[in-house]
Formats: sequence, structure tokens, C-alpha cells
Amino acid sequence: MTPRRPAPPADLAPLAAARFDAAAARHLLSRAGFGGTPAQVDALAAMGLDRAVDLVVRYGDQPAKPVSPDDFDRDLIPPLTREEREQLQRARRERDEATVERLERKENQTKAEDRRQLQSMREWWIARMIETARPLEEKMTLFWHGHFATGARTIEDSWLMFQQNQLFRTHATGNFATLALHVIRDPAMIKYLDNDDSRRGRPNENLARELLELFVLGEGSGYTEQDIKEGARALTGYTVEGEEFTFREANHDGGPKTILGQRGNWNGDDLVRIALGRVACSRFICGKLYRYFVNDVPEGDLPPDHAAARAAFIDAMAAELRANQYELAPVLGKLFRSAHFHDASNRASVIKGPAQLVVQTVRQLGTPPRQLSSLTAACELMGQDLFQPPNVKGWDGGRSWINTSTLFVRQNVAIYLLTGKRPGMYDWENDSARFDADALVAGGGAGVGAGANAGNDPSPEALVDRLLAVTLATSAHPSRREELVRFASQQTSPGARADRTLSTLALITALPEYQLA
Amino acid sequence: MHDPSTFSRRVFIRQGVMLASFAASLPHFIQESAMGMLAPEGNALGSRPGVPDERILVVVQLSGGNDGLNAVIPYGDAEYHNARPGLALGEPGKAKNGGAALELDKDRGIGLHPNLTGLKELHDQGKLCVVAGVGYPNPNRSHFASMDIWQCGRPEGKGTGWLGRYVDAACNGSPAADMAVSVGRTAPLALMGVQSKPVAFESADLFRWLGADAGGAMDAEYQRMARAGQLAGVEAGSQESFLMRTALDAQVTSDRIRAAVKKQPLVPYPGSALAKQLQTVAAMIRDGMKTRVYYVSMGGFDTHANQPGSHGNLMRQLGDALLAFQKDLAAQGNDGRVVTMCFSEFGRRVRQNASNGTDHGTAGPVFVLGPAVQPGLRGTYPSLTDLDGGDLKFTTDFRGVYQELLGKWMRAPTDAVLGGTYDAPGLIRG
Repeated sequence: MTPRRPAPPADLAPLAAARFDAAAARHLLSRAGFGGTPAQVDALAAMGLDRAVDLVVRYGDQPAKPVSPDDFDRDLIPPLTREEREQLQRARRERDEATVERLERKENQTKAEDRRQLQSMREWWIARMIETARPLEEKMTLFWHGHFATGARTIEDSWLMFQQNQLFRTHATGNFATLALHVIRDPAMIKYLDNDDSRRGRPNENLARELLELFVLGEGSGYTEQDIKEGARALTGYTVEGEEFTFREANHDGGPKTILGQRGNWNGDDLVRIALGRVACSRFICGKLYRYFVNDVPEGDLPPDHAAARAAFIDAMAAELRANQYELAPVLGKLFRSAHFHDASNRASVIKGPAQLVVQTVRQLGTPPRQLSSLTAACELMGQDLFQPPNVKGWDGGRSWINTSTLFVRQNVAIYLLTGKRPGMYDWENDSARFDADALVAGGGAGVGAGANAGNDPSPEALVDRLLAVTLATSAHPSRREELVRFASQQTSPGARADRTLSTLALITALPEYQLA
Repeated sequence: MHDPSTFSRRVFIRQGVMLASFAASLPHFIQESAMGMLAPEGNALGSRPGVPDERILVVVQLSGGNDGLNAVIPYGDAEYHNARPGLALGEPGKAKNGGAALELDKDRGIGLHPNLTGLKELHDQGKLCVVAGVGYPNPNRSHFASMDIWQCGRPEGKGTGWLGRYVDAACNGSPAADMAVSVGRTAPLALMGVQSKPVAFESADLFRWLGADAGGAMDAEYQRMARAGQLAGVEAGSQESFLMRTALDAQVTSDRIRAAVKKQPLVPYPGSALAKQLQTVAAMIRDGMKTRVYYVSMGGFDTHANQPGSHGNLMRQLGDALLAFQKDLAAQGNDGRVVTMCFSEFGRRVRQNASNGTDHGTAGPVFVLGPAVQPGLRGTYPSLTDLDGGDLKFTTDFRGVYQELLGKWMRAPTDAVLGGTYDAPGLIRG
């Protein structure tokens, strides 16, 4: 038995500057972003802890491809107007088949166009994750998409999903309170949770319920059914006109309400403000950030002292978030500097989400990005259909990503990225761009394994050590190394020798350990 | 001196110790069946903990909205012919618009689509139950939304799937990897539980690592590493442990499924995609897999224009595939433990449209097949004149169908899965 690892520190104390080595820089780049090449890792390590974390978290100075509201078509084909919908209903009643058919054809055409635009948005977003110089921006945008989960199929308006995506990007590491106030005005969210159907006298509870349960407080954090009912009244009148938010005073219930023990003529903004006043809110958000960035091993599987250190660390994050009036960047900065985050027990402790897996394989190994449509299709097969989370709870993440079916897809998408070959009959495009695996071995970027003296024709040991070091989140198990070295040393025929690096790398990406960031 | 309980306790401890030492390198479900062998004899039918018997449910999803009125035809209703001058099929023996219905229920004047000869044959053998007018309140005419509702088993169409919740409940929170299998591109929401996730593959040959196909001599090396399970020194409960064990599960499941589908089926199957999927399911059942729920699907039912040809082809493919499947199960001797249910997200409007097609509607028929079904037409055929905005009013709540399949057939408690109790349409015998 190996001795159990000691528990990580229970506070936000930073890592000793001298301990920020290349492995720590790789860890930072892999968690706060989508990983990087050995050269990028080395550059980051050379900056030292403080500058490296600032570069990642305070990304405002980094170049970014601007996003314009016109990047996608707002009025693809205008959906049926209110008059047309009424006309359609009348025509159905009166059995006016010609009119019914004309309007339904129009509606179906609109929906098909909209699905096409949604697909181009998926590809656009994956490309952005692959190309961005601000990886944390995209990573937090993805976090908020899963947190404030909204499904494109329900609202059937891709442009609103695009607006919401950009909202998450704008406030990615900004102020959570500001973001939450924008979310209750976000047309996609309002439509998804039926708040456009909520008015004085007959409030719809959907948005208020999910706001307390899933967005700001968390289930079982002390709010009551009555708080939801009163919260729903507060949110009446927050609705959508066309594709824009509007507050309809006439539909708003301006009467007195008691929410979480506070009485007043509250509106939706007050509901958010009152909920954010609860300590539970900061703990809830920090707990989710922790599982996303630090460690998603289920509580029950942690040794008790590790579980206690985790709880204390999340509390410390929450206190920091409150002290900063819900500004996220300072908390993320402390998180990524902390000795807790860099502790050995928090390496290789997060399971890569599907988008992370795909984007990290491209960014870290330097493969061609291949066909974006194939990458988004693979994400869907792995359980992360972008813009279509399974429900309002978003993706559960962690171990729920992994099952017998998704594991094979994960391995096979790596094969696709490495070789460009469409594995079997997956609905993916062949791609002839060549990936030079040997560049990973020969290229610069010391500090990650035995590559320095690898030269042009490294020994099997040097080859395997180098590939493991640039690929896995932590050092490989000795028996894995042994297996791979034996494999590499057996590739002696001229053809096999030429493919030795690529095939060894392909085997590493098929290891269960490759799923860990 | 000879105390049997002491003896069995000692055996248990000894075997338990053995199991514990192997546990780390065994896939989850092999471990569980090894545990199952230790169960007292009286429980012999339960091959695995949490699995009360070996009954199987197969679900066939018809995507796009099957035209129920032309699948289960109210030929005796003048309004049917009136509303569908270009689509209505004739009464048995009297072809109209290219076909005559096959008799299903003469007293009620209801027949099957002329191309559903496969289902007609099963009907004549007492192996077909047709539930008329199945739907739900406040029907949604969006394909996705309505399919979500059917798959969730909840009118709000959100959350986990009805079969996923069944598997969760049946397995007491630790479902084996292969309790539910879907043959299709993505795993359907219906099979997604909180704990349970289905095995899903489009073709059995794809349900594996495909790296070796890309060239190189990697397969043997891959197999060694994937089958290693949890390596020595890896902490229990860690991510590595979880992933190594799941990788071993995946490998063993993949081996099992690929070996199962290699055998030639006992009866010939037609060439349609649905037939291929059902052939794969039959092969897995024949191989003795412990899977309790199988899920397959067939698309193309969104027949807005020129319906007769395309819908006729779909009916032919559906009936022929289901017939071959039933014959295969019978030849295997497995038909008595399999019930197949076939549904679509909605039916279509009563009145045909101007393109000789039909638009999205509401309630539709559900087919239930197997020797265990109560044969014939069940439920009330919806009125063609008492409509809701041109659409049928449902007469059987779809959750009643689920309730009987899960409760009466699979012998599972249904209240928690379905969130209530519904009228049973009476589709299972006894």
C-alpha cells in the first residue's frame, strides 16, 4: 500500500514562489484554460507565479477576436408574427388548408434555418476555445452556460442563445451579482423558464424556483416554497418583447412580499439582491467553481481530512467573494495562486468535460483542429451538446461524463485528431492534414520530462517519458511506463519505426488517465 | 457441532475475502454476479442483486410523428374518408387510394395499414396489442418537445428519462453497466437516470477503441492496458480508480456485445435499418446478456407531403422488421420473456393538407407485441368529429402504458418513477 497523501492546506495561502515550476505551470494552464504546448508551459513557468496567474486571470490585455452582435443573423427568417399565429389558428379551425400549409411551411423553414445557424454557432464557439489567447474567458463562458443552463431547442431562437453566450463572455470573470441581474433580463432565459408567461395574479414560478434552487442559493439552503411563491410575484413583468427584454409595469405585482424574511414591495432585482445577501449564495457558487477548477472527486470518496480541507477552502473562497462584493477575478486569482490548488492531491483530479477534452487535445498536443462539425458531433456523443444542456440543472460534470459508451468516443475522438482518419462509421469527416507527432518530442520546451537529451532519435525510454510528460496531468503509473517502453522498443520494422511516436501517443490518449486534467 | 449457519458464514467470509482481493481488477458487473452466486438458494431466480427476474422490455421509437390514422385505420368512420380524400385507405377487401386496410377489429371498423402485414400476422397469432388514442394533456406539436415529454414520462418534458428512473430504482443505486442498451447514434433521454446511463452504440463494430484501424500494431498493447483494471497502488475512490474500472467495464461489455452479434440470426431479417437494429437486440438477448431494457429507433415519419408512398414504405419496414424480430425470439425460445413497445411522439392532424400529406397532430396508437400481451385493440379510438383545434383528443394517458409495462410486465414499483397512478389500458395478460 502506498501511504495516503496528506491533506492539502485548508486556506487560500499562496504557493511558495520557488515551487512554481513547469509542472505547476502546466497544471495552471490545463485548469484555468485548455492546456498548452510545452513551449507555452515553459514561458508561463518563467514568468513566476504572480505574473503567470495575472496573465491567465487578468486577461483583458490579451488580444481577442471581437464578437459583434452581427456575427450571427438576428432575423434569419422572421418567426411567425402574432397576427400570423392567430391567422394560423383561425385557418385550422376553419379548415382553410391552403393557409395552414403556407404558414406551417414558413414555420418549418424558419426552424430548419435556425438549427443550421445554431450548428454554425457551436463550431464558432469550439473554434474560439481552440484559438483564444484568453482561455479563462471561454472556460468561464462554458461554466456559466452550464450554470445558467438554457436549452436552444426549447426557445427555438439561435440568436437569443448567441446573445446569452456573449453575456456570459462579457461577465465571465466579472461580478456575479451583475451577471445574475442580467440573467433575469436575458430573453433566452426568460423564454426558457416561462417568465414571459408570468404576470400579476398568475405568476409562473419556474424562474424564481430555479433562481433559488440552481442559480444563486442551492437546494436545501434554507429557502421555502413560500419564498419561491413570493419570488415569482417579484419577477412578474420581466418579459420579452420581440427579441428584447422589457419590463411591463402593468403586469408586475408591486404589492408587498416577504422573501427570505425580508418584507417590502420587492421586484426581481430585489429578489436577486436579497438572495445574494445570504452566505449560502457565496458558498454555493464557490463550491461549483471548486469542482470545476480544482477537484471533482465526489465528497464521499475523499478521505475525511481531505474532505475537511476542501470544505474549509471553499468557505475561505466564499468569504473572499463576499469581501469583494461578488467580484470573481480576485477570488479566481487567489484560487490559482493557492498552495491548495497546486497540491499534489489536486493534480489529475478533474475529469475533462467533452469540450475540454477536444480543445485540450488540439492545444496541448498541437494536432490540426480537423473538421469543426466533427468535433461538435463528438461533443454531443460524449454528452455535451453545446447550447443544449440536458436540463435546467446543466451538465452534472465529473464522473457523470464517463460511462462505457462515452469512454470509447473519447478515445476515438483523440484518434481522429491525431490521424485525421474517420474512425469506423462515425459521422465524422476524413481530414488529410498531417500531424507531426515528432515535433512534440524534438521540439523545445524542457522542464517536462526527459526531452532535453532526446535528440532526433530518442531511446524508447526517452520517447515514452517525454510523451507522458507532455500528455498526462500527472506522472504515469510505473507499469504504464513499462508497457509503453516495451511497445516502443518493439517498433523496429522501417514502417513501424516511422510511426513509433504517433502510435505511442495514440496509446497514451487511450489510457483512462488521459481523461484527467 | 455441525451448525450450517456457521459453515455458510465461514464460506461467505472465505469467498468474500477472495472477492475483495480480486475486486480491484474485476469489472463491476462480473463482481456483482460473483456476489450473486453467494445469494441463498431461494433467490436463485435473481441472477443479480436488484434484478428480480429476467423479463425484458424493448422500446421502438418512431421519430417524426407517425400518422396513427393511417397506421390504425378507422375505415368504418365516414369522417375519416371525408377528411382525407387523397389519403384514406379502403375497408378490408375494398382498395381505395391504393390500398385496403387489414382487419384488426371488425366490430369497431378498425384496420391496419395494408403494408403492416407483419403486424397482421402477429395479431392473428394473438401477439399484438394496439392501444388507441395514446397521448397527454396540453399536447405539444414540436417534435423535440413532444419527444422529450414521451421520453421523460412527464408532461413538462424535463429531467431524467422514465426508463432511466426505472433502472435506478431496480438496481438500488448501483446499476450494472449493461442494464440498458440503446442501438442508435446517441443515447436517448428515456434511458438517462440519475445513476444509470445506458450502453449506446450505433453499430456493435464501433463500440470499441478504433485506434488500431488507423494503422500500427497497437491493438494488443491497448488491450493489455485497458484490461488491467485498477492498477496496484492506485487509491480506492480516486479518479484513476474510477476511470480504470470503467475502462475495464467498457472493454468487457464491448467484447460481449461484439461476440453476441457475430452469430447468424435464426431467421432471415429484411434489409431496413430498423431490422438491423432489432437483429442486434435479438442477438444480445440470445447471448444471455443481462440487459433488461433495449431501445431502438426509426426515423422518417414527418410526412408533410405526398404521404402515401413514403408512409407506405415506413409501414412495410416497421411491420416486417417487428415480425422477423418476434420470429427470431420465438426460435430462440425467448419470446415469452420479451415485450416490445412501439410509440411515436405524436400522431398527425385528422384532415389531410393540400400537399397530400399531414401536419403535426396529437394522440396516436401504441403497439405492444409479444406472447404476454392482451391481444387486440385496447382503449377507445378517439372521435374524429369531437376534435381539439382539428386534432384528436387523447383517450389513454401515455403514463398508463408505461405504468403497465413497468409494473405489470417488469414487476417494478411505478409510483416514484411515474409520479402518480394512471388508468391501466390492459395491455398485458393475466
